[in-house]
Amino acid sequence: MPLRIVVTAKQVIDPETPASAFRIDPQALQVLPPASVPPVVNGFDEQAIEAALQIKDAAPDTNVTVLSIGASFAMDVMKKPLAMGADELVLVQDDALVNSPDPSVAVHVLAAAIRKLGDVDLVLCGRQASDWDNAQVPLGLAEKLGLAVTTIAKRVAVENGIARIERVLPDGSETVEITLPALVTVSNELGQARYPTLRGIMAAGRKAPTIWSVADVGLDMSSLTPGLELVGLALPESGAACEFIEGEDDADAGRKLALKLREAKLV
Amino acid sequence: MADGQGILVIGELAGSELALVTREALSAARSLSGALGGEPVSLVIAGADLGDAPQQGISAGADTVYTVVSPVLEGTPPDAVVAVAERAAQVASPRYVIGSKTLLGRDVLPRVAFRLGTALAQDCATLEVDSQQRLVATRPVYGGSAIAKVACLQTPAVAALRPKSVEPLEPDASRIGEIKTLDIQLDDSVVKARVVDRTERPSEGIRLEDAKVVVSGGRGLGGPEGFEPLKDLASLIGGAVGASRAVCDAGWLPSSYQVGLTGKTVTPDLYIAVGISGASQHMAGCSSARAIVAINKDAGANIFKEARFGVVGDWQKVLPAFIDQLHELLQ
Repeated sequence: MPLRIVVTAKQVIDPETPASAFRIDPQALQVLPPASVPPVVNGFDEQAIEAALQIKDAAPDTNVTVLSIGASFAMDVMKKPLAMGADELVLVQDDALVNSPDPSVAVHVLAAAIRKLGDVDLVLCGRQASDWDNAQVPLGLAEKLGLAVTTIAKRVAVENGIARIERVLPDGSETVEITLPALVTVSNELGQARYPTLRGIMAAGRKAPTIWSVADVGLDMSSLTPGLELVGLALPESGAACEFIEGEDDADAGRKLALKLREAKLV
Repeated sequence: MADGQGILVIGELAGSELALVTREALSAARSLSGALGGEPVSLVIAGADLGDAPQQGISAGADTVYTVVSPVLEGTPPDAVVAVAERAAQVASPRYVIGSKTLLGRDVLPRVAFRLGTALAQDCATLEVDSQQRLVATRPVYGGSAIAKVACLQTPAVAALRPKSVEPLEPDASRIGEIKTLDIQLDDSVVKARVVDRTERPSEGIRLEDAKVVVSGGRGLGGPEGFEPLKDLASLIGGAVGASRAVCDAGWLPSSYQVGLTGKTVTPDLYIAVGISGASQHMAGCSSARAIVAINKDAGANIFKEARFGVVGDWQKVLPAFIDQLHELLQ
């Protein structure tokens, strides 16, 4: 049986958005998408797609399906995984799927969508999304689907129904084996995701995503229990004003900085 | 478990001692207990060998300590710790469950939250009780570009406390508490993710997380050779070397050097950032430093917003003179 991999991917505000363009509405408790900066596929999710494509490189009959949920999508952005080489794109699109720091709804909807997709051997997810930095939808999803799970992979290989995962540790690494089906989260240490080729972009242009509503995956939003409620949103207070040390030239500024740190008893 | 009472702390060990992060979580739990009119604080610790940790848990603020000792817990596989934490929550029936956002906590706590029918308040810098006795947490979001306040809607509420955001209580050996064995059967079949190989690469010199001084470099250093003077500087002032994610992604240094949201959190007295622009995801790992000093050629770099002292200039010219002058001062 060919391997079936589902990769979850989230459309997020570009984390490289300059601080000056990052705006929130503290009353509406919303982060406002910057007008001048287009959204992106969450970086860790792109690396999860890369991990899936590396498995497909080794076993070309592998099916890689990319799954996303949201209220609306920038289609050119969300088609990038197809251009990179994924086989299918499934979007669960529903006005009720507002981007929230409560991962509960996302876990339920993604789990229902994966069940609808049928026999899945491996679910790959980015370690966290760069918006709410929750790092818990993948683990909740594993619980919901009853899948064995491991996190922060820098390499994922599949052989004879077993996933072999090299994990990043703070001071080293470890190798973990899990019998499929399983869920694995991928970290940036996996390396830069591949760029779409021209042929990939052309092929992606011809592929239409499958679009489902929440009802299509068999869920009723009103039956989903929230876990968390956002009750405040603010910009962080910036620290004390920086004292700039100047000198006759850069070297002189360096010497004066040393004297300043000594004076402030910091060294 | 709609009528939970008290606070359960999911403990961790450092060797055979109670981990500092768990003493911090117990301290946070005691504050919450105070706000709830003195509800009890319990602690669960699990391992192949607990040493004196249960007693240390009582000294650090626990009223009851649930213990699990099993060879299955050797190396604390997350699958086994999740089972222990779930069982402890069934037994203690708490209002709140508090753990720590550590390597283990990141794998365990979201799963525990979902098993208990809720979601996790992740990476909390503060925890408090609101007027409806809900647990309310503040936490950095968008890589630290914003601070969110979230209220936990279910009982039990589950939260992961960010390390070093709460001072542990002074150990009090006269505190009285109860140590109980948690009733749970563990066997190897609970561990689905099996560790087959582990490579430790202990950091050279002082550990980043413990260092009083950290000298960090970013993309602005231009390449791995740029870190040589930083290493000299670190050894001169007894510090550790850190790096931004861009540096580790580029392979200039191993990922164990990475400071930031997805790397290490450092809390030195002095953080010297050279050629680091200060993206919020980097600042999330170092903003608790007592003083940040930045050297960067771009006067508009974000790092200067959080720095106490800064030099706008070419690090290749600033740094050697800075090091020479320090050398002289420290002799």
